[in-house]
This record gives sequence, structure tokens and C-alpha cells, in this order.
Amino acid sequence: MSKEPRTLAQKVWDRHVVRRAEGEPDLLYVDLHLVHEVTSPQAFDGLRMSGRRVRRPDLTLATMDHNVPTIAGPQDPVSVAQMEALRRNCDEFGIRLFPTGDIGQGIVHVIGPQMGLTQPGLVIVCGDSHTSTHGAFGALAFGIGTSEVEHVLATQTLPQREPGTMSIRVDGDLPHGVGAKDVILGLIARIGTHGGAGHVVEYRGSTIRSLSMEGRMTVCNMSIEAGARAGMIAPDDTTFAYLEGRPHAPSGLDWEHALEDWRSLATDPDATFDREVKIDASELTPYVSWGTNPGQTVSIDDVVPEPTDEAAERALAYMGLEPGTPIREIRPDTVFIGSCTNSRITDLREAAAILHGRTVRKGLRAMIVPGSMLVKRQAEEEGLDDVFRAAGFEWRDAGCSMCLGMNPDQLAPGERSASTSNRNFEGRQGKGGRTHLVSPAVAAATAVAGHFCTPEDL
Amino acid sequence: MQPFTTHIGKAVPLDRADVDTDQIIPAEYLKRIERTGFGPFLFDSWRSDPDFVLNRPGYAGATILLAGLNFGSGSSREHAVWALEDHGFRVVISPSFADIFRNNCTKVGLLPVELPADTVRRLMDLVLDDPATEITVDLDSKRVSAPGLEATFEIDDFTRWCLLEGLDDIGLTLRHEDAIGTFEAARSPWLPTTAR
Repeated sequence: MSKEPRTLAQKVWDRHVVRRAEGEPDLLYVDLHLVHEVTSPQAFDGLRMSGRRVRRPDLTLATMDHNVPTIAGPQDPVSVAQMEALRRNCDEFGIRLFPTGDIGQGIVHVIGPQMGLTQPGLVIVCGDSHTSTHGAFGALAFGIGTSEVEHVLATQTLPQREPGTMSIRVDGDLPHGVGAKDVILGLIARIGTHGGAGHVVEYRGSTIRSLSMEGRMTVCNMSIEAGARAGMIAPDDTTFAYLEGRPHAPSGLDWEHALEDWRSLATDPDATFDREVKIDASELTPYVSWGTNPGQTVSIDDVVPEPTDEAAERALAYMGLEPGTPIREIRPDTVFIGSCTNSRITDLREAAAILHGRTVRKGLRAMIVPGSMLVKRQAEEEGLDDVFRAAGFEWRDAGCSMCLGMNPDQLAPGERSASTSNRNFEGRQGKGGRTHLVSPAVAAATAVAGHFCTPEDL
Repeated sequence: MQPFTTHIGKAVPLDRADVDTDQIIPAEYLKRIERTGFGPFLFDSWRSDPDFVLNRPGYAGATILLAGLNFGSGSSREHAVWALEDHGFRVVISPSFADIFRNNCTKVGLLPVELPADTVRRLMDLVLDDPATEITVDLDSKRVSAPGLEATFEIDDFTRWCLLEGLDDIGLTLRHEDAIGTFEAARSPWLPTTAR
């Protein structure tokens, strides 16, 4: 559109504008719409009430993830009804669905990339705030509400105002034992839960470039925890190597065309951002959240901080923590490795490498929930499940599981977790539950030691 | 959605920052497949405390929520807006909203009003002093008034027009179906589809 230098986010935006009119939001085309059972039933009802159809079922994909049980047993009838509603809606409107029991089923933000559907340059939406995950491929991907889900189903477009641009540059080598989860936790601890509000973040710099696709997904996943509209990383050879050969990735001559196009997406050298943040990777450490939002996070080497405001006081009271307590002295009751943040094969391999030949501390509950049934199968082919079981971890089926308290995997009131998920909000993992956000490495080591620690501490 | 023009009502002060949508409505109540009936579960865990501000008799019947910084962060669940609306709220006033929550509000017809932190503080003090204080929110003139206080707020003209008229924005978009069709016809053939 414009000859001016553009950022990655602006380039993707520009090529999706269906209609632009003075004083109105841009009408943006959606390339891929992901649907799950919780935020869609009212949208399908809306379509029925107004006699509308789904414009592009072939750009829509549904799965069951939020309230699926991850273990065989009796099922909550209300959850079953919601999953059945999704099944009926997908039948009626011709949408491809991965239901429970299907090898394609999994967390919506794990299966899109796994299938090769998540590609650079796309606009991807889903009625889920962690849609930002897909930005790891250089897609503009963001969460929407149910009214907007209905809008996309009916029109394959969304009226949107162009967000601001924000560069977060992380340069340098990560210290030993510091991973992608620590990059994003350390960032949110610095800029806060509203630090990215109104902006699409582009993660840049040598540290980001050196991350695997799984690591990049972990970083982009938690963009929303910094309040950002979306998080993106320019596609590069790491991206292309991940995509090549996946079922829905282009092939043959199409692959060549796609590569040429994808390489043109990177932010122009002289483009400017509305906001810029720089982080020195050497300053990052393993992190553990102590409070009730992801910004309330400190280094594992630190202590529970003195409260500086009423919110911190309330958080400490809820978490049952005393200021000055070394983080390493806090003892969780449960360790959860899973969620759309950290349930991919590399996360499981990392955990297995630490757990190999070790056992979970007596009295501690530990579970690993793969992000998709295909991740589960791959892990089993690699023998990781044997390592987990031998260590005393439960090995489950795919789903959102203990990341959010809407399936049977929950914390009891007062129970404390070390969790690789993304939110430590009050009650997030079950009413009265106390969540500490950590990396898979810290989670695995903590399960062995019984208190927060790194693998090096073992 | 019902049109929003002017609203006069009592307000309840929820003086907390970073109130996430998990607090507004916990996940366990998201299993319902209807759009209504979420009001009883609004702020569910906090409401078990008899001293929680929404439980205080003076604020019964309040239709305006005065909230802290970064209200509605976290999960995209529109159920949070449905719960506020079902409880009887028509306006939320805060120094800042999380982006998805603000979007969801405008789709449902719950008016998100952003005012400077000190103005929100003064409004909270007014209703803390006298819970019967009435606040007027006029969308047409983008003005909030209370005894001894006048403030204006920003909202883009398009969203304001949709709210004033109670418009169905899917209907608005479908007026541009030709443009959507033209755009679709020009998309690269190698772009992915979800078909097998």
C-alpha cells in the first residue's frame, strides 16, 4: 500500500485490509479461524437466530480442549453438553472438528502449528486470548470475544482499529538454565501486565532468533499477559524448517512461492516503532511468580518481596506468603507441566532429561499433560512417558487441564502449585488454589526437590 | 444489542487494579451454552465475603461500576461482560481497560468509559461518602457528571454511533459483501485451508 518503511505487523495488516473508510475501523480479512467449545456456542446460536451461514468453513477449524477430561472416568454432564453442542454446530455448519478421542485433538494453539496451518503473514483469530501464540510464525494472531467469533463465522472478516507497534529486543546469550519461559516472565516482570496494551509486540534480537519455534511460541503465547494485542516474530529459516513437510504447509512450487513471500515480511530496516524496550539476555534468570498476576514475578534467587501497594498485600495474603521468604524455600503441593504455553515436545523432552533416573518428592502430586494427542504419541515413541511414569508423574491425555479450573484437573483450596501455565490469577487453577508460574525445567526440578529449585540445584 | 444513549444511575466502587476476567467470572461457570444467566456468578469468589463492596446494601441496584487500572485483563471470555450486564451494570468506568474486554463491552452494549485515574478516584470518593450519589453518563456528548464533577471521555465515532443506535455490526459488515468477495478472489492460491 504505502512506500513508507513498514514493520512486520503493519505489512501483515496492510495486506488484509478488505475495506478502509475515513472514520471507520479497517475491515480485516481472517485467513484462519480456530474454534473451541467454550467461546463458540453462543456465536453459533447467533448465526441460527439471524439465519446466517458460516462464510468459509474451509478456513475454520474446531477442537475440544478447555473442559475435556485428561483421564478416563465419569464426565461432568455440563461439560459433555458443551462438547456435544460443538459437535452439533460443526456438523450443521460443515466445520472440521477434532473431538476428544481423535488423534488430531489437542489444545487449539498446539494443533494449528502442528498441522502446518499456522503460517507466516496470516491473520489468525480465535475466541481465546492465547491466540497470540501463533505470532511466533510471523502471523498476526489475536484473541477475540464471542460476538467477534460470530462476526468472523458470518463474514470471515473483523472490523479492527490498527494497534500501535512495539519492539521488544532481547539480545545476547541466555545464561545456562534460562529458557523461553524465563524470557517472557522476566519481560512481564519488567513492563507489567498493562505494558503492551494497545500494541502489537514484535520480539526481535539475537536471543529471540536463537529460540526454537516451540520457544518462540512460549514467548508469543504470554504476550497477552503483558496486555499486548498480539506478539510476533519475523519468520526465518527456523520457521521455514519447522513448517516444511507439515500436512497443511505449501509444497512443491507453492512452497517456493510461499518462501519468497514470507521472506518479504520482515520489518524494514528503517521502520520505526511507537514504543521500544530493550532487554539484555545476560540479566535474565529462572523466574517464579509470587503473586496473583504474571507481573508479580521475581528471580528464583530472590525472596518474596515486601508489598509496595494494597494489591501486593492482597496477593501475599491470598498466596499465603511472608515477605522475605526465599523463593527456594516455598514448597508446592502440585507440579503441573502442560498448557498452551509449555506442552510441546521440546518442553516434554526438557522435563524428561531432568527427571531421568529421579523421583518426585514423596507426598507431591505431579502431572504432565501433552498439548495434543500427536505430541503424546511422539513423546511415547521417544520413551518419554516411561521416564515420567518412573519418576512418579501422571501421564495424561491432551487438553488445557490444570491451566484453568474448568475440567477435573484442579487445585484444592489453599493448595500450592508450580505450574508451566500462563496465569496465576486468584482461583485460576481451582477455587482458593495458589499458582506459581515457572518454566518446564524449574517445574521438573521442583517436583524432585519438593521446593522451588533449578536442575543445577539437584 | 440495546442502544445506549444516556444513563443515570448509582455506582459501586471496586477499588482494585488488574481485575482479570477470571475474577469477573470464574471458568467453572463458562460451561453454559446460553448467553444469559451469568449475573449470579459475577465476582463469584469475592462475593462469598459479606463485606465485599457488591454485597453492601448501600450499593444494591448500582448500574455503574467504578473500577481500577487495567480492568478486564486476561482471558477473552465475553461471559465476563455478559455477567456484568446480567447483574444490571450498563457502564464501567476505569482509568484503563484491557483491549479484548473493551472490545467485548462495545459489542454487547456495556459502555466502557476511560477517565483519568484522579477523576475515577474522585468518583469513587463521592460514592464512598454517599452511596446514593447519582452519576450521569451521556454517550452523545461523551460526558460524565456527578455532584461537583464534570468530565469528558474519548470514544471513537464509529463505536459511539454503533452503541447509540444499538447496531448489529455483522449486518454492517455484510453491506460490504462484494468487497469481501473481491478480496477473496485475489488471495494467493497456496494459502492454507483446513480441508483434509
